[in-house]
Amino acid sequence: MVSRTTDDYQDMVTAGCEAVCEPAFWAGYDRKSADGFYDYFCQLTEHEPKRAAKFGLAHFCWLCINPKESEDMGLAKDVIDLIPKFIDKPGVLGIGEIGLNKNSRNELKVLEMHVEVAAKYDQLILVHTPHLEDKLKGTKLILDVLKSDKRIKPERVIIDHVEEHTIKLVKDTGMWAGMTLYPESKCTPARAIDMLEVYGTDRIWMNSACDWGISVPLAVPRTMLEMKKRGHTVDLIDKVAYQNPIQFMRQSPKFKLTA
Amino acid sequence: MNRQQVLDMYFMEARAKLIDIAAFLDRVDRAPGEADFRLAAFRQALKELDGGTPERAKNVLLSFSDPSVEPLEKASVKGAIGAFAGNVKD
Ligand SMILES: [Zn+2]
Repeated sequence: MVSRTTDDYQDMVTAGCEAVCEPAFWAGYDRKSADGFYDYFCQLTEHEPKRAAKFGLAHFCWLCINPKESEDMGLAKDVIDLIPKFIDKPGVLGIGEIGLNKNSRNELKVLEMHVEVAAKYDQLILVHTPHLEDKLKGTKLILDVLKSDKRIKPERVIIDHVEEHTIKLVKDTGMWAGMTLYPESKCTPARAIDMLEVYGTDRIWMNSACDWGISVPLAVPRTMLEMKKRGHTVDLIDKVAYQNPIQFMRQSPKFKLTA
Repeated sequence: MNRQQVLDMYFMEARAKLIDIAAFLDRVDRAPGEADFRLAAFRQALKELDGGTPERAKNVLLSFSDPSVEPLEKASVKGAIGAFAGNVKD
């Protein structure tokens, strides 16, 4: 994970994690050129898998230009044109995290350009939904784009960062829902477990926010412990934390766990 | 878990968060100057806690959400601030 230290890989392996699944995302600042993305895609597809492998951790990734950098249409087009050069790399599972940030017209056009690439190369799709007051509107706009493209199979799409007001919208489409765990603000482990109890455990997974903000790479194992305290069975915990992500990701022939 | 067990597991944490909210509102009251729409949005969202159905978290989130459907002409800022001015009732 480009935003984390090697210690985090060590902690994840110690806690029983077997693979890391890293989306292309914002660098914390706007990259100035497509060359910057070329280097970033090399880092995601070549360097990070080696760094993770040192700890016995499989590394998979997703490629795109993040919605936060999608207002500049020229840059977005140049970056999207780079994706086919990397798409056959061994750890690339698909296109992501695409989506919306402020729900603007240009962000929507760039989302559609990414969906086009995913359809053309038959890739899985990982979608970022906007945060806070923008999430509801953004989720609806994103679902409309994906539903209107008949080439996109809903079971091959995961809509990430769902919360209580968007989870049902997502699950009703047949797409997968991702709950991203944050130590402060947004979804906590307790709320994620509430959503599992209310909306069921099919087509849903949890992931740890591991970005530039305060985040906890071990949020998923910690949530598993909290599920145990709440009386959930080992089988159900295993389904949500382990089997479900495998079920989704193995739709890509590149997803393999050796352990 | 039954209700007793839920209380055993989460009451102290929820109590602490509730006192934090009370202290936050006191802090805002003591501070000089005018508040922006976020304070009214916050007070409005608090009313959702009195709802009689177990959908309070969803309703609080909806109360802070932009309900419009048309895309924004241009994204002039990157971040979100947590509340939508248009939702605040006078
Ligand atoms: Zn995201």
